Parts: sequence; C-alpha cells; structure tokens
Amino acid sequence: MSTAETHLPVAAASPLTEVLRARIEALAGHQAHPRGACIEALQLVQAEHGWISDEHLREVAVLLRMSPADLDGVATFFNLLFRRPVGRNVILLCDSVSCWLMGRERLQAALRARLGIEPGQTTPDQAFTLLPTVCLGHCDHAPAMMIGERLYGDVDETRLDQALAESRAERVS
Amino acid sequence: MSERPLTRNIRPGSLPPDLAAYRAGGGYEGARRALQLSPKEVVELVTQSGLRGRGGAGFGTGQKWSFVPRPVAGRRTTLVANADEMEPGTFKDRLLIEGDPHQLIEGMLISAYAIGAAEAVIFIRGEYRLGIERLHRAIGEAEAAGLLGKDILGSGYDLAMHLHASAGRYICGEETALLTALEGRRATPRSKPPFPQIAGLWGAPSVVNNVETLCNIPHILSRGPDWFRALGIGADSGTKIYGASGRVKRPGLWELPIGTPLDELLEEHAGGMQDGYEAVAVLPGGASTAFLGAHQFAIPMDYPSVEKAGSRLGTGALIVLDQTSCPVGMLRNLEHFFAQESCGWCTPCRDGLPWVERILEAIEDGEGEDGDIEQLERHVGLLGPGRTYCAHAPGAMAPLASGLKLFRAEFEKHLRDRRCGFRA
Repeated sequence: MSTAETHLPVAAASPLTEVLRARIEALAGHQAHPRGACIEALQLVQAEHGWISDEHLREVAVLLRMSPADLDGVATFFNLLFRRPVGRNVILLCDSVSCWLMGRERLQAALRARLGIEPGQTTPDQAFTLLPTVCLGHCDHAPAMMIGERLYGDVDETRLDQALAESRAERVS
Repeated sequence: MSERPLTRNIRPGSLPPDLAAYRAGGGYEGARRALQLSPKEVVELVTQSGLRGRGGAGFGTGQKWSFVPRPVAGRRTTLVANADEMEPGTFKDRLLIEGDPHQLIEGMLISAYAIGAAEAVIFIRGEYRLGIERLHRAIGEAEAAGLLGKDILGSGYDLAMHLHASAGRYICGEETALLTALEGRRATPRSKPPFPQIAGLWGAPSVVNNVETLCNIPHILSRGPDWFRALGIGADSGTKIYGASGRVKRPGLWELPIGTPLDELLEEHAGGMQDGYEAVAVLPGGASTAFLGAHQFAIPMDYPSVEKAGSRLGTGALIVLDQTSCPVGMLRNLEHFFAQESCGWCTPCRDGLPWVERILEAIEDGEGEDGDIEQLERHVGLLGPGRTYCAHAPGAMAPLASGLKLFRAEFEKHLRDRRCGFRA
C-alpha cells in the first residue's frame, strides 16, 4: 500500500548532517557487525527528515558497509520505516480484532469524512497520513489509534475531532 | 484476596515506582539472592517452580534455559526480553512495562545470570512510547546504582543492558525472527533446529523470554518455588495476567491465580456483557488461538485445560465475540491480519493466507460459491503445523478451523442468502 501521493512534493534531500553521521557510526561501533545498527540508524534519519529518501538510504548503507539494495530490503520490511514522504502527522489506526469488534470501521469512515483520505493516503495540505496498523495493545480502550507518538483510546467522533485539532495545533512528530 | 506479586506495585494512572521505591518494597532482593547462588542453582529453582512461558507457547522456562551450553570463551550469550507485544487483543506486557519497569529489569538480571549472559536486550515494539521512556529511565537508575554494569552487587558478575525499539511487524514476536531483526535483517524466522539456545543472535547462544515470564523470576527467587507453585489453582504454577476485550462491561486486565475459570473472568472480573449483548464465543489467548464456544466457558484457564478444550491458553487475553458481530467478518479481520503480517518466506503462508482472506471476503460480501467452505478446510490442512518454518500459518489456522466448525450454520447461511445477515 502506497504511503505517498503524487502531489506530495519531494524536496531534494540534503546530505545527512555530521552529527547524525557520527551518531550512526557510534551505534554501529556497539554492534558485533555494523548492520546490527541499521534499523536504529534508519529511525534516526526518519526522526530528522520524516521519511527515508533514496539518497539518505545510500548514505546510511555506506556508513554501515551494506549494499543499498540490502539495506532497502530491510527498510521495506518494517512498516514503521517510511520509504516515501508522509504528512506531518501519521495516524496509525488499529485494524485488529478487538477494535473491529468495537466499531473501528465507523472510525475509519469518520476519518474519511473529515480528512477525505483512505488508508495509505495523505491530505493535500500534508497535515495527515492515515495508515492502518496491527493491534496497538490498547484493547481495553478500543477502538484505539495513535497520532504521532500519542496514543488515543475509546475513540468516538468527539474524541477523534479533539485529537485531530490537537495534532493540527501542535506538530506531533 | 489472592496474592498478586506481578502487579503489587502497579497503580494505573500514576507513575511507576522509581528505584528507591522499588527497593523499599523488597525489590532487587531476588537478584541479591540469585547472585549468591550458582547459575545452575537458579535454573533449578525456576524449573522447580513450574513456571511456563507467558508469551503464548507455554514452554517450561527452566527447561528452556537448561539448553544453553556452558559458557565458551569468546562466545557471548545473550538474554532477550520479548516486549514486542503485538498479538491482537493482548495488552498485558504494556501494563507490566509501564507500571513497574524495575521488576522486568530485575527479572532479566536474574535470568541473564542463570544462563551466563553478558548482554541483555529488551526488544520492545516502537509504538510503546511510554514504555520505552520508562524503561530508559529505569535502566539508567539501575546502572547508576550498580545493579547493571560491572561487578553487580559485588558478585563479580557483569551485565550490559540495551533497549531496542523495533520498527514494526508482528512476526518479530517470533523468537528467531526477533533475533534476525536484531541482526539488522528482514525479520524472517529461521528453521529450527538449531534452537536459539545453541545458535541465536550472531550465531551465539541466546534465550528469548516474554516480559510476563521474566517478571515472575524475582518473586520465585525471593519467595521460593513452593510458594510459587501454590499460587496456581490447578495443574499450573503462579498467577496469570488475564485480560478481556470486546463488548464486556469492564474490559481490562486482572492478575489472578492461573487456572481461574473462564466464566469467572467473564462474569466477575469483566463484569459480564454490556446490556443487550451476549457472548457467543471467545478467543482465549489472542488471535492465534482456537475459538471456545459458550458451552465451554466453565473451563479453567490453565495450559492443560484449555488445550483439552481444543484451544490454547496463549496470552490469556480473552477476545469476546458477541451476537451482533458476524463470525465470518471476524474471521475475515483475523485472516487479513495474518495474511498481511506473513513475512513472505514460506509459500504456504505467503500465498495461502491471502487466498483464505479472499474467500472469506467473498463469503461475507455475498459472493461466495459452492465449495468455498471445503476450500477453507483444505487450507487448514495445507497451512497447518509442519509445513512452514514458524508457527505463523498454523496460528492463523487455529481460529479458522474452530470457526468453521462452530459457525458452520452461519457460513452456510451466507452462501445460501448471498449476503451477510449482520449488515444493515
């Protein structure tokens, strides 16, 4: 499922900063093999740039003595590593069974009505990307979702509106 | 009221105990005791306690540890805490991590000592932000107090602890996939044998234990195996953190003697069903366990009893199907999950699960055909145990096989009416 929209501008990536490169090299130094640090390294890149561009992936691969194809194989395996641009806020909407039993389909419809996007899409203003996610482990407060790093439970339409407004107001990354 | 060792420090809504508070309540006494014993004696105590793995498989913890070869020079043994809680309907490890992080760290310290590990890793799912933050702080406190690092409590034992925040995918909870992810590779499970105890992380001996399993260890050390055995009601030892989700009055988690009857969990602890709802069936231990019908609700929730009833205790997280939700739709949701989360390595799993999902989708949408039920039954066999490297596909077949039996009439009705009767 695509996490990108064709209208999202892809800015030319600036090279990784020296600070970030040094952090990645330090992580690699603690591993039996530098590749053991690759997931954390990609997470660092994503934390700074929002996603992982081809240019950044190649830089990380060189630092960790991996081929870019090998590293891309790892990057594309994990759903929390984004190889395409995403909006400022990523909504992870739980689609597992407890949330399904508690009406998560209605929640997805409400998100569609408010943001005009389907799972995998980003709003035209790039404020939100909606991604389905497996069980968030918040089943006693189903239906559940995360926006950025913030977890929301017992989400009905009122709470959904609050959460969206909250995220719009302050960039939750 | 029965004893609740695992959750005694946990007050939902407030901060977890810091190191001083944890120690004031007897914390790290189990570790002190363990470090005075030999590693072998610690393994024996845990074996005697009868503790079985709380991640779902229920393997004897002491026995699992006993397969680790004696330390070999130049080979680093690693202990991994599996905090990659992603089994649908399961949220117990989140409570333990967020509510009492030092309990997990102490459990890991003792377990690492028992298997001769020089390194311990907490593999936690990246979405558990609060847990990650609290564990970071607790590890820092333990290091500063000499409870991790060099010469712990003057014993001469060294242990380094790391936290790995994962980047997603359910399959990482499978122990060999988890180790593969830690090596910076696509998290495909490995064929066993060799088991991780022999050839795990970077080819060195490794043990992967679930969070709840590890949290039991300090109490077994400080109170003894006999005390632990006596906590359970039936054949099994200890307490269990049970949970319930779905249309019950009070969804939540309860630490209870292992072997507490399923109907007591539902009626007493979860408060029964919400008004207007009735329980049709439950998945007793997460998405990869077989359905139990209402006629089976009296069974004790321990490993042998749930197995005898045709399912597995799994994670002990009840997922309750009510009469307003379509069983075919629920199975479609479950199989969508399994199809999506297949790592893609073994053909039966990669190609079979999407096929199963498509058939369920067609049946629910009123487009099912004669022979679809039989096709699903065929898949139960083709994706069953022994045909794939790991238990992902067999786990996916557990709710399907039981669902096809329990809800046969509902499947046939969908095919006959060419529509889902649960849809408005």
